[in-house]
Amino acid sequence: MPRIKTLRKVLNPPVIKGFKPYGPETGNLSPEPVNLLFEEYEALRLCDYDMLNHQQASIMMVVSRPTFTRIYASALQKIARAFVEGKQISIDGGKVYFDSDWYKCAGCGCNFNNPEREKAIEKCPLCGNPQIVSYDFPGDDDEGNARHWEYVCVCPQCGFEQEHQLGIPCSHQVCPKCTHKMKRKGTPGCKF
Amino acid sequence: MKVAIASNGNTLESGLDSTFARCNFFVVYDPETRAMEFIPNPNKDLEEGVGPASVQLLESRSVQKIVASEFGLKIKPLLDSLKIQMIVLKESKKTIKEIMVMLNQ
Repeated sequence: MPRIKTLRKVLNPPVIKGFKPYGPETGNLSPEPVNLLFEEYEALRLCDYDMLNHQQASIMMVVSRPTFTRIYASALQKIARAFVEGKQISIDGGKVYFDSDWYKCAGCGCNFNNPEREKAIEKCPLCGNPQIVSYDFPGDDDEGNARHWEYVCVCPQCGFEQEHQLGIPCSHQVCPKCTHKMKRKGTPGCKF
Repeated sequence: MKVAIASNGNTLESGLDSTFARCNFFVVYDPETRAMEFIPNPNKDLEEGVGPASVQLLESRSVQKIVASEFGLKIKPLLDSLKIQMIVLKESKKTIKEIMVMLNQ
């Protein structure tokens, strides 16, 4: 039995469900579409739209770099086949989960997420209070204003600082002085 | 729209358990019909894989929201793919009854 695929993280579902060819010949072609998976769409978006390299993009999707390269290659093959054979592309399926955004309710103080990104959240799911704050847009509340992230990783143990590398979470870095896990400078719970 | 609450006891006066997957009882509550069900957690003493097992149990009862004070590491991707909403009430002294009253609104 083959190994089970790991779940790939996809930031947002695509804005459209697929693509259709046009032109006088399209009527004679088979209507069978090429199925582009969500993970392949995301790989293409990260690599060629956001211009990340495979290593950075694989970190975003929480898969290994070789797995990412295979997903990306499969995406290119499918798109090429659709172009050459004049097939429709439908973007659907795949072993993915969508990263959901977090909110805080001002009424009951609970935190909650929105698993369906297509629908906007209007009120707290627990107490129905409409005063909710999204964590994605700092500046809406006092807590958000106080949060200024710097591109510096800091060791919470000894205060050693080094420049933050994009694509690598600070917590994956180890302090070279005291081998403690690093943190982003200025984050809550970090004294430096 | 059924809601699951991770409770530390089987009465309405019990509070939220400190963890989601290893809680004592799951309360499955339907705010529309006001029906509730206390499920003793069968996965409580498992060594590992408690989170997925608990999620599976609640998913079989078509729960769409889960209220707990803390969720484990592996839970979020699982719940995101099942489109179940997580509601985190940190260090809350609220009883199950109070949470149900809030959900009725």
